[in-house]
Amino acid sequence: MTGQHQAREGKSTMTVTNPTGRRDAGLAAASAWGQTPGGAGPAGSPKAVRLRKRRKSNFEGGRGYVSEKDWRTPRVRFTMRTLHTVLLALLLVVGVGPMLLLAKFAITPTQDIIRTPLAIFPHGVALSNISIAWNEVQIRLYFMNTIWLAIGSWFVQMVVATTGGYVLSVLRPAWGKIVNGLVIATLFVPSVVLLVPLYLTVLNPPVIGTSLINNFLAVWLPAGASAFNVVLMTRFFDGLPREVFEAAKVDGASSFRLFWSVVLPMSKPILGVVSVFALITSWKDFLWPMLVLKDPTKQPLSVRLPAIASQTDLGVFLAALAISTLIPVIFFIAFQRLFLSGAGLGGAVKG
Amino acid sequence: MSAPGALRPTGNHQPGTDRRPRRRSLATWVQRGGLSSVLFALPVLIIFGVFSWWPIVRSIVMSFQKTNLIGTPTWVGWKNFEFVLTDPDLPKAILNTLYFALLALVFGYPLPLVTAVLISSVRRRKGLYSVLAYLPVVVPPVVAVLLWKFFYDGAPDGVFNTILGYVGLGPYAWLSDQSLAMPSLVLEATWAAAGGTVIIYLAALLSVPDELYDAAEVDGAGIWRRVWHVSMPQLRGVLLITFILQIIGTVQVFLEPYLFTGGGPAGATLTVLLMIYDYAFGRSLGGNYGAATALSVLLATFLAILSLVYFKLTSGWSKS
Repeated sequence: MTGQHQAREGKSTMTVTNPTGRRDAGLAAASAWGQTPGGAGPAGSPKAVRLRKRRKSNFEGGRGYVSEKDWRTPRVRFTMRTLHTVLLALLLVVGVGPMLLLAKFAITPTQDIIRTPLAIFPHGVALSNISIAWNEVQIRLYFMNTIWLAIGSWFVQMVVATTGGYVLSVLRPAWGKIVNGLVIATLFVPSVVLLVPLYLTVLNPPVIGTSLINNFLAVWLPAGASAFNVVLMTRFFDGLPREVFEAAKVDGASSFRLFWSVVLPMSKPILGVVSVFALITSWKDFLWPMLVLKDPTKQPLSVRLPAIASQTDLGVFLAALAISTLIPVIFFIAFQRLFLSGAGLGGAVKG
Repeated sequence: MSAPGALRPTGNHQPGTDRRPRRRSLATWVQRGGLSSVLFALPVLIIFGVFSWWPIVRSIVMSFQKTNLIGTPTWVGWKNFEFVLTDPDLPKAILNTLYFALLALVFGYPLPLVTAVLISSVRRRKGLYSVLAYLPVVVPPVVAVLLWKFFYDGAPDGVFNTILGYVGLGPYAWLSDQSLAMPSLVLEATWAAAGGTVIIYLAALLSVPDELYDAAEVDGAGIWRRVWHVSMPQLRGVLLITFILQIIGTVQVFLEPYLFTGGGPAGATLTVLLMIYDYAFGRSLGGNYGAATALSVLLATFLAILSLVYFKLTSGWSKS
């Protein structure tokens, strides 16, 4: 009942916000990879030009609630500039400040971290923190585990979301509506409900017969059951020009070829958005890997870090924290447009 | 595959309109793509079936059963629910969870809105502002909690106490102080989550048509009134959704109390999810899967009723 209601709610706003949001995401992804969207499609290039213009005006321009006339008024200009400067300063302190502190702690001797946490290197730097964390505390191992978990989860999510979206949006068998409804219904079930039964399923999975505890598959496979990904894919595929599919069919393309050589190449933007979120979500995951990966040598950083907190030298521990933050932050800076358009898109789907 | 495809009118979606295949043979079914549909649907059906649909059904079944890992589950009726509802810790956990959700609204609901409204009026480098606002969201939550735990050090030379010491405040005990512990958790949770909401609002604000602002300006509305009477009504739908989504999210808070305080001091940060975790996986209790699923089913039911009531109440307000 709630589900239905929310779905309707979502749908009504969806129709308003989705086209721009999706285009946005599309372009952002394409420009991040230096490609034009829909390169495979016949209407590829002119569309790309038009979209690029729109993107630019959407992200940077737009008059907003302060008009050009207002900006020419000294009082308004002064007020707005002051507000913006204060906001920038606050964002720097609150957003970047903790990261900078962490980076500083990572190379500060433990004694200085404890006695004078805010002083700037009173007794020199301790680069050894990082090498000790990486080698002796075995952050290296947990780091690789984290990467493996992220790549596997990403792969499973991509397979499920792309094939699922393809069936629900392009092939559309008669029973597709039921599957679609069941997928969307899971969006409204809080994940805590799944925790215990999912754990027991992994403990004693069907068909396989052996427990998946301490097996990376226990993290990879459940990650694929993301309704959000399937919905995003389906909605993106819905927006692709149907004439291209028909043309491909006339040319004798099989369903598989249509999927692999037509639909997927046209969907790079959404593939980028879903990939980025799949990787980052996996990197952040804590509770589930903690439950199913009991063997410390199999655990990712997020599970290992709290466990080693008490027996590790503070400087080394903070260096370990810094190492675990580095990859997601670099990833974010590199693909920021993808992230931000994806985050806005998330709002559009939720909203 | 190709011939029937070519005969179909373009842009028409087949399954609903195509009534003939009722009597078709297996061969035509395969030729029409029935088999490939099934093959392409397999990943979704298997993964969702095993790791989503079945566990959801099973959680409801399990909440009426006594399950241990060795024997077959036995039916116990409402016993698990009775056990959970009479647990002396439950009232405190519920109150704490509601307190967390309330504080999270106070700290975290207006803040992203104000930030997004301000960022949307930045003329150049909106991107820089957005990146800075979103940065905490990409920090792994475990790292964020562990780092803040260090910041919250109660000693006079802890990071926050040092900073507050500059202005003559403190030192505070933060996480080991019964009344400060929960606000401390909420502060970190807000820091970690606000950026995502800022970006959602910003996307909505930037899609408000310029013409509306032009019209308001022509009518003599100042900047403040344009924000209040043009931007806010346009954001109403998004604001309503983020409100309930935030409540649904914060009622399920687990990571912060688990890693910061483990529910302490003296149960001051024990939340409902922490109880569920303890029933099923806790060191001292543990293994009480029936109670854990019963409590999670109760929680899910509560959230479902809450959102139903919320959407009934607000359906008149959002006209998007």
